[in-house]
Amino acid sequence: MVQYIIKRLLLLPLLLFIFSIFAFVLIQAPPGDFVTSYIAELAASGSSVDQAQIDALRSMYGLDQPMYVQYFHWMGRMLHGDLGASLDWKRPIAELIRERVMLTVLLGAFTFVLTWALAIPIGIIGATKQYSFLDYFFTVFNYIGIATPTFMTALILMWLAFSWFGISVTGLFSAEYVDAPWTLAKFIDLLKHIWLPVLILALDGTARLARIMRANLLDELNKPYVEMARAKGMSEWRLVLKYPVRMAINPLISTIGWYLPLLFSGSVIVATVLNLPTIGPMLLRSLTNQDMFLAGAIIMIYLFLAIIGTLISDILLAWLDPRIRMES
Amino acid sequence: MNPTEPLLSVQNLKTYFFLDEGTVKAVDGVDFDVYPGQVVGIVGESGCGKSVTIKSVLRLTQKPGRIVEGKILFRSQRVTDADSGSDVIDLTTLDPHGKRMRSIRGAEIAMIPQEPMASFSPVHTVGNQLIEAIRLHEDVSKEEARQIAIERLHEVGMPNPEQRLDAYSWELSGGLRQRAMIAMSLSCNPHLLIADEPTTAIDVTTQAQVLNLLRSLQKMHNMSIIFITHDLGVIAQVADYVVVMYLGRVMETGPVDDIFHNPLHPYTKALLKSIPSIYSPSGTELPTIEGSIPHPFSRPSGCPFYPRCEAFMAGVCNAKDPELQSINERQSVSCFLYEEKQMQPS
Ligand SMILES: Nc1ncnc2c1ncn2[C@@H]1O[C@H](COP(=O)(O)OP(=O)(O)O)[C@@H](O)[C@H]1O
Ligand SMILES: [Mg+2]
Repeated sequence: MVQYIIKRLLLLPLLLFIFSIFAFVLIQAPPGDFVTSYIAELAASGSSVDQAQIDALRSMYGLDQPMYVQYFHWMGRMLHGDLGASLDWKRPIAELIRERVMLTVLLGAFTFVLTWALAIPIGIIGATKQYSFLDYFFTVFNYIGIATPTFMTALILMWLAFSWFGISVTGLFSAEYVDAPWTLAKFIDLLKHIWLPVLILALDGTARLARIMRANLLDELNKPYVEMARAKGMSEWRLVLKYPVRMAINPLISTIGWYLPLLFSGSVIVATVLNLPTIGPMLLRSLTNQDMFLAGAIIMIYLFLAIIGTLISDILLAWLDPRIRMES
Repeated sequence: MNPTEPLLSVQNLKTYFFLDEGTVKAVDGVDFDVYPGQVVGIVGESGCGKSVTIKSVLRLTQKPGRIVEGKILFRSQRVTDADSGSDVIDLTTLDPHGKRMRSIRGAEIAMIPQEPMASFSPVHTVGNQLIEAIRLHEDVSKEEARQIAIERLHEVGMPNPEQRLDAYSWELSGGLRQRAMIAMSLSCNPHLLIADEPTTAIDVTTQAQVLNLLRSLQKMHNMSIIFITHDLGVIAQVADYVVVMYLGRVMETGPVDDIFHNPLHPYTKALLKSIPSIYSPSGTELPTIEGSIPHPFSRPSGCPFYPRCEAFMAGVCNAKDPELQSINERQSVSCFLYEEKQMQPS
């Protein structure tokens, strides 16, 4: 088991290296570069730039060099822990994204906990009380949850919050805390704001997860080991929670792996609608402005989280399922 | 316990499955008794309702299945009848999930399932499940339960029982897995053990060992056993008394010697003919019973066996339901051949 984890950890740098090449090529794929889009922006606002200035800009950012040279410069800096500076924001990337990454991870963690806390019990009730009123109720709830786009849920809840409670729920902080240093009061202010995006994202995830949980559990409930537990004289709830629920959750564990990166990118629309200072909108902006170092840094963090997520879910799975544990 | 009174008496049991396509009469009027210390073999082709019968006894039938009629009288030492205070309980009157039924299930009536592999949880150790079975019915600490579990495993001939407690079921061989399952079923000293085709999933040599083990455990604990199989050869090895079932009904009952040497019902005779060693000389093709079992939705009226019966009497067998009647002091049979003989003065 320990060996297995070490093996996986050793693989991590290699994976990151391979992915980094892909990421870099992908970011470079659209025609033009940051200077092109910078000039376009200037032109749109009425000012013009001559060719000499353009060339000067290009060589200043190193954009006139071949792609592989640019890649190695970038990678070399990254290996020294330097994410570089954003072309667009003219600030060091590390400083620029630190808080956003943290808030995104926090949002993801809260959403994850709420999603599982809702979906697992709903799935269990749906399966054990199949075709009951509650089952139908949750089925309808789940369909609505899946069919409604998250930005729609966001808009509806925003409107409800505003028209019922008169509160504006955009952003993650009240105005006075946005640029304030971290204090307990700021954290409490964060909690006062984060519940709405958490709820919106969790509702969507809950609907999907609960449906899978219900289907998995329905399969497990007919297995002979469940009947055997009944034949031993165990009470129904106790045996359902101990045996089939445990088996039904196992396949869900592997979804944890891609959960975090999914939330990272999937929440872009909600984050935009709610004006959240998370990483998604920044990634979107960096891509449209061809701010390649910023986009690259964000994508590398994203990949890192994806790999770590998969590792965590594999370890969890091995821990929960002795058959997998013994194999590896 | 009085050996002349039945431990379990199943009377006119009917268990139906109510499906959208129609009603499956899986068990359609079954009668049999099990006396203390007796091994009763229930035999019949696959699909004739053997498993549904014993699941009804354990009150384990799930929706859309339901007991629609009949009595399951059990002499309990843990539960008394709510009204009369008698120790004979009609299990059909108990709530299947209720405390009373659960204190009988696993403690007084235990089950050995058909597929030991699938009947153990693969993610819990054998010991976890065995100790749980003990502590469900005995007021003992985890440590005491562990000692009992080791004893039980020892009793069923499990080598290194202490290590085996910490093993998972899929780490054991088929034979050992079934032994572990038997140990779990016997953990609370049940009076009635129900074994549903316990040897179908294991190879022939191991099968013989498991049958011998069950026989010796039965003698040691003076238990009653209901042994279910589609294999008359197995019945000959283990049973004292035989119940022959066909399409949810009892065709014939009697002591094992009478069933084998003096079969009365045409179905029993046909079943016996399909056993290699008894009737057929070696080298000949085994006779199988003509025709196939009707689909559960299209059961024939009258005697369910008449479409395949050699002694079919038109206008009788397909017109009325035969009743299970005693023919002599030992055997009962459900067939018009014998009803008529009985009616005629001899
Ligand atoms: N859960 C169920 N739903 C519908 N029909 C069932 C169910 N369980 C058993 N049956 C039907 O009941 C009949 C008897 O089944 P069973 O008792 O399992 O036979 P066997 O004698 O092989 O043990 C079969 O026709 C089967 O199709
Ligand atoms: Mg069966």
